[in-house]
Amino acid sequence: MTKNNLTRRGVLKTGAGVGASLAVPTLFTGAAWAGYMNEPMGSSVTLGFNVPQTGPYADEGADELRAYQLAVEHLNGEGDGGMLQTFSSKALEGNGILGKKVEYVTGDTQTKSDAARASAKSMIEKDGAIMITGGSSSGVAVAVQGLCQEAGVIFMAGLTHSNDTTGKDKKANGFRHFFNAYMSGAALAPVLAAQYGTDRKAYHLTADYTWGWTQEESIVAATEALGWETVNTVKTPLAQTDFSSYIAPVLNSGADVLILNHYGGNMVNSLTNAVQFGLREKMANGKNFEIVVPLFSRLMARGAGENIKGILGSTNWHWSLPDEGTKAFVKSFGTKYGFPPSQAAHTCYVQTLLYADAAQRAGSFNPCAIAEALEGYEFDGLGNGPTLYRAEDHQCFKDVLVVRGKENPTSEFDLLEVVEVTPRAQVEYAPDHPMFAGGALGTCNPGA
Amino acid sequence: MDAIILQILNGLDKGSAYALIALGLTLIFGTLGVVNFAHGALFMIGAFCAVTLNKLFSLSFETVDPTRTDFLGNPLKVKTPYLVDWFGPEVGASLIDWAVPLSILFSIPIMIGIGFAMERGLIKHFYKRPHADQILVTFGLAIVMQELIKHYYGANPIQTPAPDAFRGSLDFGVLLGFDPNVIIYPYWRLVYFAFAALIIGGVFAFLQFTTFGMVVRAGMADRETVGLLGINIDKRFTIMFGLAAAVAGLAGVMYAPINSPNYHMGMDFLVLSFVVVVVGGMGSLPGAVAAGFLLGVLESFASMNQIKSILPGIDQIIIYVVAIVILLTRPRGLMGRKGVMED
Repeated sequence: MTKNNLTRRGVLKTGAGVGASLAVPTLFTGAAWAGYMNEPMGSSVTLGFNVPQTGPYADEGADELRAYQLAVEHLNGEGDGGMLQTFSSKALEGNGILGKKVEYVTGDTQTKSDAARASAKSMIEKDGAIMITGGSSSGVAVAVQGLCQEAGVIFMAGLTHSNDTTGKDKKANGFRHFFNAYMSGAALAPVLAAQYGTDRKAYHLTADYTWGWTQEESIVAATEALGWETVNTVKTPLAQTDFSSYIAPVLNSGADVLILNHYGGNMVNSLTNAVQFGLREKMANGKNFEIVVPLFSRLMARGAGENIKGILGSTNWHWSLPDEGTKAFVKSFGTKYGFPPSQAAHTCYVQTLLYADAAQRAGSFNPCAIAEALEGYEFDGLGNGPTLYRAEDHQCFKDVLVVRGKENPTSEFDLLEVVEVTPRAQVEYAPDHPMFAGGALGTCNPGA
Repeated sequence: MDAIILQILNGLDKGSAYALIALGLTLIFGTLGVVNFAHGALFMIGAFCAVTLNKLFSLSFETVDPTRTDFLGNPLKVKTPYLVDWFGPEVGASLIDWAVPLSILFSIPIMIGIGFAMERGLIKHFYKRPHADQILVTFGLAIVMQELIKHYYGANPIQTPAPDAFRGSLDFGVLLGFDPNVIIYPYWRLVYFAFAALIIGGVFAFLQFTTFGMVVRAGMADRETVGLLGINIDKRFTIMFGLAAAVAGLAGVMYAPINSPNYHMGMDFLVLSFVVVVVGGMGSLPGAVAAGFLLGVLESFASMNQIKSILPGIDQIIIYVVAIVILLTRPRGLMGRKGVMED
């Protein structure tokens, strides 16, 4: 025999309980669908600036931070407005983003992937940062981009030049304004052919990590397409400081061009060593021996001093450009800090404005709404001429500068001269180009 | 053949730096028994002595040139070094040009002072502590020193050129009967090698032929007995710490034109120099010098494309492979003696 305890009151209680328990997941699901990570609830919105504040790129990181602070000022309606005056979009009104005052927190990447991820995670989880931006290394950019994708916030990359950032490691939540190694090769090779001829033999010294590999692959492909022969490609350890034992074999290798796929301290040391070994004065194959540095950084070039004179390379932007956007930015930055901005500062400033503008146009801080607003977006007035944020890989396409170390600089900042502004069409490539193959953009993650 | 000669020259040049740093490390380890992980930082500070004198000599006053404009469109401020104003363009410019060699004189008292301060202020408190404590405190000190340098000089490398007279290269091949432009080698690297040989010879002569050196060597062999003879060996060891700091500093000063100094350069050399000391034999000064040159030459040969095509990546591990082989076959290193620095 069993006792039946079914009562009217019991049925009602059970029914209410079951109904409530069924409703709870639905409510949570609904909230997750509508909400997103770190949705700003108050009168302000927090951005996370993740830059190298210590380590070998600390000076570049400091310049990035200066640019971010300037961008925040301009977004909040302070200062002279900088590039907001020249930006083709007029969505931003100088009252923050979507009426919320812009605040920021900073993190230190230390130019180490694990440290950069930890600082970005802390800014997202503890400080409520709704967007992460910055960095001076492709390894860091790829690592932080992956974290932002998982966390559900937008990542606006700083200085990262490896093809992989918007190639095999691209992510739906990540966007790069800076140019890449392929573009450097495509812009530089025709100038090299015009200046040094098409019958040249090149020897490559390449930093042994992701950026170096893609830079070497890009410049080798571009120069060989114009008739140059690649004599040798030698990988050098990233921690190398004295390159004399790598330079010495170049002397009698049959090469008449040395291409240094190095950046930062590596570039300063390898270029200095190459000049010490007399390569600038050397004749080979009946021609003047030449040295090429595919990616120039003005901040780093100072360390190489006179050695950069006459050396060809490429850069994303330079403060001496004559367009109105550049003039406005250089005026704001120079007046505030007393010296012109670097290309790292420029790309970081522009990325902040582009993020803010996308949020303003989308009417939301939802990362997916912002991604949608940035994808396929055409803009102008930010220093690089008409620019496209391509939807397929989140890479910006714009003119690229070919520069040369200046022979007679007028100041310590006047180190590079623009040789050619390579038009955007010349550096464009298909989204499925083999150098960028292997990854998928995926879908936007709003987090929460 | 020409490639081999070039790599021998490179190896001797690299070995010069390794030997100078390892010599100082061994002096400190041999006399005070301290494992000084701040020794690389002393090398770095030496290089920054050259940077500092270069900056001091280049101190300038500004005059406005209304005919030219700066990047903001304002009248250009033209800098003129005080030395040029005081001594005329030729003498002033020459002084600036010769800043690195003159830094040798500038750096010696500074490095000895830093050495004394380190030893008296911090390291003497760790003489009787385990080696692990000494490593921790000196490593911490090295980080403090490099962060201080970064704070005042920035993180980027700073160009510190050699005098004009030593820029360019010597056609070494012609001297050996090769065709012109086959074996060329930078003048300053040859100067560095000669300078290193001079310093190493000087230190050995000081220890070998002076009474002070004899007492120090006796103290290295048996500190207690020397103390019982009424000799203040601690005072002499402090002086040796200052001397070791000066040797590291001079190595750094002369290295500044080879690679632009940056705050991290000491750490780049530190680990290699410890390997040099271990391979040479702990406490052995000739061992440190011999191992420095040996590892420098081997490292250069390992960078040759012909070697790397057979053993890829050998250039990055050769020094450690040699260290393993030496320690397996001669546990006390090349010239280490039984009973020296052994408990």
